Amino acid sequence: MRYVAPASVAEVVALLAGDPEARVFAGATDLVPQMRAGRPEPSVAIDLKKIPRLTGVSLTDGTWRIGAAAPTADLTGNAALAADLPGLVYAGGLIGSDQIQNRATLGGNLCNASPAADSVPSLVVNDAQAVVAGPGGELTVRVIDIPSGPGRTSLQPGEFVVEFLIDRPLPSTSDAYLRLIPRTEMDIAIVGAAARVSLDGDGNCSSAAIALAAVAPTVVLVPAAAEALVGGPISDDVLATVAAACAEAADPIDDKRGTVAYRRQVAGVLAKRAVLEAAGRAGNGGGR
Amino acid sequence: MSRTHVSCNINGDDVEFLCDAGESLLDALRDEMRLMGAKEGCGTGDCGACSILMDGRLQCSCLIFAPEADGAAIVTVEGIADGDHLHPLQQCFLEGAALQCGVCTPGFLVAAKALLDRNPDPTETEVRYALAGNLCRCTGYDKIIRSVLAAADRMKEEVAG
Repeated sequence: MRYVAPASVAEVVALLAGDPEARVFAGATDLVPQMRAGRPEPSVAIDLKKIPRLTGVSLTDGTWRIGAAAPTADLTGNAALAADLPGLVYAGGLIGSDQIQNRATLGGNLCNASPAADSVPSLVVNDAQAVVAGPGGELTVRVIDIPSGPGRTSLQPGEFVVEFLIDRPLPSTSDAYLRLIPRTEMDIAIVGAAARVSLDGDGNCSSAAIALAAVAPTVVLVPAAAEALVGGPISDDVLATVAAACAEAADPIDDKRGTVAYRRQVAGVLAKRAVLEAAGRAGNGGGR
Repeated sequence: MSRTHVSCNINGDDVEFLCDAGESLLDALRDEMRLMGAKEGCGTGDCGACSILMDGRLQCSCLIFAPEADGAAIVTVEGIADGDHLHPLQQCFLEGAALQCGVCTPGFLVAAKALLDRNPDPTETEVRYALAGNLCRCTGYDKIIRSVLAAADRMKEEVAG
């Protein structure tokens, strides 16, 4: 294996185009364990962390730009980002230990394509866009369209994620993410649920999005739950409909961490609680 | 394949070493630099026994490719004492019997130092969360947590003079 640390996106594109066995990495928190587990090592490990655009976190013209290789510690340490997107930042702070959060990234969490990836539902409910660079130049892709199955993405050979773009939330809007694990730290989600909620001046829900982790081969957006919320107050009846819609949308597996029935039920419970948490913050003006 | 040349600063000394591209920084520290403090527990970032600071950030050196260290400033457990004068964390670990077999101890010390550097007055809960990435199979953690809190108190007293 060779190691290279290019200084520009164009260099990475050229390296990937010339070698199908080359692979980009940032924190290597998934790459190294996979190599240790016997997966073939890449011909070239392309370190993205020396490219400033890939490690930056900035707010420009009402849009947050989060570099795909920025460690999640740089999200949890950013008070302005945490005020605007508290659910996303909280999710970043759930992934692994302090040691891991100084290396792990949103780009890696998305492209490793674990169904249980904690940051992905929050990216999805905030309608994050991923800037993807490749042989054809750069294009912008919705994050929801990138995972295609466990360990698989829709990225084409030679493509990699450069950064995420998230519009600053409107006033009286907030997000939340909750996950269930059997302990307080350092585990993989049995179920995760993200919600984004906007309230109007009367306290009615004017816009919403709900997404689930670890209950299907990819992150699941649940439009039926959002439709149940929009247009009225967030009542117990509405929340029951949200929970039912999420349980219905969940298509989980049975494994040692949880059964299908348990995961479906928990998906509904966490979705309800995430909606209430997001709506509580939105009712206080959101991050504005 | 030719080996990669790395220049970096380790515990205040400018050093150079040769490594393989896929070698972990942990292996380079131990095998090239003969710094045996950081340990390999799991090799996958779960146990924290290989914790070091790279450019001020607490990281698992088993997850770092050694060439990534080029140009970086690294602190290992060997660098936290002041000559023969133990760091308050080391002293409190000794006094509090915060170790048995000792394999996890270097990682705990480095992680605890990273915590106290940014938060000199942590609560017990904050210490427990900050050390969640370090596993100990001997002590049951309680003596470690108490020793970190004791070190924080001692360091505050030293500052207050």
